[in-house]
Amino acid sequence: MVNIENTPSPSDNTHPMLHPILQTYPSQQHRHDELMQPTGTPRLHWQALIETLEELSPEQMCQRVEAIRHQVRENGVTYNVYADTKGLQRPWGLDILPFILPQEEWQTIESAVIQRATLMNAILNDIYGPQQLMQDGLLPPALVHGHAGFLRPCHGIRLPDDYALHMYAVDMARSPDGQWWVVGDRTQAPSGAGYALENRVIISSAFPELFRDLNVQRLGGFFSSMRDSLAYWGHQVATNQSANNPQINPLGDGEHPLIVLLTPGPYNETYHEQSYLAGYLGFPLVQGSDLTVRNGIVWMKTLSGLRPVHAILRRLDDDFCDPLELNPDSLLGVPGLNDAARRGNVLIANSLGSNLLQTGALLGFLPNLCQHLLGQSLLMPSVATWWCGEPQALETVISNLENLVIKPAFPQIREVPIFGDDLSPTQRAELEQKLRNNPQNYVAQEQVEISQAPVWSDSEPASLKASAIGLRVYACATPQGYVVMPGGLTRVGSTQDERVLSMQRGGTSKDTWIISPADNDYRSLLRKSTSSQDLIHSNIHLSSRMVENLFWFGRYSVRNHHYTRLLRTAIRRLLEFSSTQRSTEWPTIQALCTWYGLMAMEKPEDHQDAPELNDESIEALLISGIFSIDQGQPSLANHMQQFFTLAFNLRERLSSDNWRSINQMVKRFGLALPSPTLADAILLLDETSTSLVTLAGFALDGMTRDQGWRFLSIGRRIERLQLLCTLLRNALIMPPESNLEWLLELCDSIVTYRSRYAAQAEWLPALDLLLLDENNPNSMTFQLKGLIKYLSQISTTYGSGGEGPFIEQLSTLRTLDPDTHLSPGNSELIAWLNNTFEASVTLSDALSHRFFSYSGTLQEHLQKTNIQQEPLHF
Amino acid sequence: MRFQVSHITHYQYDFNVTLSQQLLHLTPRSFIFQQCQSHQLMIDPLPEERQQNQDYFGNITDYFSIQTPHQELKVSSYTEVELLPRLTLDTMQHSRPWESVRDELKLEYAKNAEAHAYLFPSPHVACSDALAAYAKQSFTPGQQLIPAAFDLTQRIFNEFEFDPNATDVGTPLSQVLANKRGVCQDFAHLMIGCLRSIGLACRYISGYILTKPPEGEPKLIGSDASHAWVSIYSPIYGWVDFDPTNNCLVQHEHITVAWGRDFSDVSPIRGVVLGGGAHSLDVSVAVEPKA
Repeated sequence: MVNIENTPSPSDNTHPMLHPILQTYPSQQHRHDELMQPTGTPRLHWQALIETLEELSPEQMCQRVEAIRHQVRENGVTYNVYADTKGLQRPWGLDILPFILPQEEWQTIESAVIQRATLMNAILNDIYGPQQLMQDGLLPPALVHGHAGFLRPCHGIRLPDDYALHMYAVDMARSPDGQWWVVGDRTQAPSGAGYALENRVIISSAFPELFRDLNVQRLGGFFSSMRDSLAYWGHQVATNQSANNPQINPLGDGEHPLIVLLTPGPYNETYHEQSYLAGYLGFPLVQGSDLTVRNGIVWMKTLSGLRPVHAILRRLDDDFCDPLELNPDSLLGVPGLNDAARRGNVLIANSLGSNLLQTGALLGFLPNLCQHLLGQSLLMPSVATWWCGEPQALETVISNLENLVIKPAFPQIREVPIFGDDLSPTQRAELEQKLRNNPQNYVAQEQVEISQAPVWSDSEPASLKASAIGLRVYACATPQGYVVMPGGLTRVGSTQDERVLSMQRGGTSKDTWIISPADNDYRSLLRKSTSSQDLIHSNIHLSSRMVENLFWFGRYSVRNHHYTRLLRTAIRRLLEFSSTQRSTEWPTIQALCTWYGLMAMEKPEDHQDAPELNDESIEALLISGIFSIDQGQPSLANHMQQFFTLAFNLRERLSSDNWRSINQMVKRFGLALPSPTLADAILLLDETSTSLVTLAGFALDGMTRDQGWRFLSIGRRIERLQLLCTLLRNALIMPPESNLEWLLELCDSIVTYRSRYAAQAEWLPALDLLLLDENNPNSMTFQLKGLIKYLSQISTTYGSGGEGPFIEQLSTLRTLDPDTHLSPGNSELIAWLNNTFEASVTLSDALSHRFFSYSGTLQEHLQKTNIQQEPLHF
Repeated sequence: MRFQVSHITHYQYDFNVTLSQQLLHLTPRSFIFQQCQSHQLMIDPLPEERQQNQDYFGNITDYFSIQTPHQELKVSSYTEVELLPRLTLDTMQHSRPWESVRDELKLEYAKNAEAHAYLFPSPHVACSDALAAYAKQSFTPGQQLIPAAFDLTQRIFNEFEFDPNATDVGTPLSQVLANKRGVCQDFAHLMIGCLRSIGLACRYISGYILTKPPEGEPKLIGSDASHAWVSIYSPIYGWVDFDPTNNCLVQHEHITVAWGRDFSDVSPIRGVVLGGGAHSLDVSVAVEPKA
């Protein structure tokens, strides 16, 4: 094999002949280049990628980049930016080129990360236990007692196998001499492992052959280790629970402990990642309100009642986890959670209080702590960091400000890093004063020229560019020690300020490839293969909140579909017929649009008295009813936005196809032109209708028939039942000679009608098709039969589902005499419609009360849960 | 001296509470100046679950949960304590200059480990230059720790007005310092903030004071409710208590329940309820000497 390192370098450093693609790649003397050697040739482990890139034409490359962008958008990979005025979400930034590291180099990183995780865990155990390190002068007391992250109620809690830190991440960067340095530690609830996984799925499919040929280490094993380890400790918790609580049975053979992923909710910046991870790991994604503590045990509120939880992988900040013992202002937490942990009735990963070590102030003390606690030298140095709380350090910092970055030492101090070399003399003097006033609140870190790696720039002409990069590496605890994810999240500096690697501030990311000479697949240490029980386990713990969301998802999708058709029907009438031609049915259509708020005008008392509007004002009203995004107007665009929020809350239950469809549909409303025409409206309504048909198809074909699906289906049936009742009640009082085609169109039954009766629509056959025909999926009978079926299925599991009134309504409907009752203005039929409507409203409320009400949205939670007033001291 | 205390807290809710979880700091602790002889906690309605623990500061906590619907909650705490003699100002003549105490706290952890938990800012006590400046009018260069602390106690008593309507639990210290009004809780937090801002250790004490004063003496402020004062760490004399609301060194009229960094560590009743709507709160305290 040719050793590239020793190949004599040709005279020209850029090698245009050898690698034309490298011509545009800028080399910089003052930083380490991941791709190029100082000799000007690419490093060995990048060769294959460069060759692949050269084989691709600019068009092909462009296609792949576009495919990635497409996949990110369509998978809905997002990163929420709190301050982003454009809305909640920003697509995840992902460069097409992976960051590549060879196996030999990776091994040194891996052992350093394992050592560091072990060290961090040992420090946490000391602080939340005997506190000997402060006694021995190895840890300044201010870093413990002065740190808002030191949670005193968590002191003294015994942890299984002495693990406080189950998930750990470390941010690293490489200096000009090629050495890796630690920039910071993530000990609270490290984010990004899920994004790393998604990056991998996307990038490995952009370069499938290369990925295979390079023997890139797989990530799956790491996540299995994590799941298996949590399950292992979850079993211990289960044993403890059943030993101390007669009402809890031990886990049966092959029964899995219940592990949940606790999220702060959809507004968190990394919510997408959390839902992705939850889905991947098979853990229910829960919010604080999905859990409750009774008798020292954490329970999950599920459709089938309360179920004991054994382990919690948390993404909620530790002080927010328990308003009773920790931050009393938290509405996201679970009152009593810390006590459950104290009693050994739940494993929390990471343990509450672990945020304490997420401080730069600790870095300078680590070499001694490592020596003292592990008897080893620290394998990977931290970037030189001074905690200003030490008088000597403060003086060093102040005399070297121009080379340093000043950062807050504690999370409670919310200030952005200050780069010393950016400062004017006045600003510098101000900073010095600030440091002298509160030295313990700041750390100063040396500015490192971090390494650069190739990124693909597709601005014309598309070419290879260089960007600063940093690497976040993940470790997780197993009963046998820490294991490291063979890969990680490579973060790429933003263009504005490449000293800052922050996804929050516009940076992007890369997949990280550890390439090895031989196939040494990384596998779980605990479990060798998947057993059949693993396959069934995730669906039995449906949270009440999730089921409620599914129910409303069903209702809103049908409702929006109906609104879409109604608006389209109205616009078509408007375009195709003159006002006299459409005179008989138009008042009813207008009344329905007005009733549903789709035409924003005063609701007439009775549709007969609807105000006479000219076509222009009707057109304007309809356009606004579709496109308006004014708050409070029940326009279709706003309904879609609500629907999207609901779907967003169900993200982990929806397949990517399903999600893509919703994403596309809602996005089209956002892309509307400033002053849309009726033609634009028709186009949008057609596309929307198609998407909603697709969605209904997913609901029918693409979802597992579990209880959640049943509630979704019940939601769909209830909604259609109500819409049909309202529609027919209005239609039945039209003049008898009215045109009925619009009615059939609106109920998606026109094709069936025409295939049966090749004539102008008439009342009897039309009403028969809409009411009695059991084969028409849009008929009343079809809704009732479905509803009865799903409700009785629920009855078998949970006791009566409330199908009784619908059985009755169905049999009444069947006794109606077509010749007398199925005619316009028939009062018995109208009465039947009214009763059916009422019964469906009652059912909806009853289901809410029975299955959903002990949880709910944050808004409801705010109203329900009270942090009570505390008596003051006088 | 022996005392008996009754402390009754009564919540009334507009609607049913379906789940109530409460954490109490109501059981008085025993220590060198106090022996808690008996304590009884009565909770109405009867909780489904009760548990006693000790917190990080060594206080006794009681936890309970009520899982049946209720519209009223009454927590009654009955205590008998014996107070043991404390040092008087006269007996504490040999305290050191405050700067030497400050420096020792900074440099020698092992000698004064216990004090470090009370040396830094805490949720209700933010340190500031303004507080340090206010403290330094009493803590003049070379001044002894105990006399300086007593001087600060007197200044707070004289310069601040007791006003139950001026503040609530969230009022920041900067505002208390600016408006010079508040209740015992504010004065205690203020004094703690002053001391921590100049590098001294100080803790918050929650407790009670005698309801009926001895004949010929005025009724003490804060006697109808639970009270709060401060305790200063002296390497020589240990923890020395001052009551800025009543302008005194604590002697034999203060009954200690619990201590912590500030109110948030020792709130008498802290809880989360599900349901309930709005609520009203009524607290009554009676402290009487016992033969």
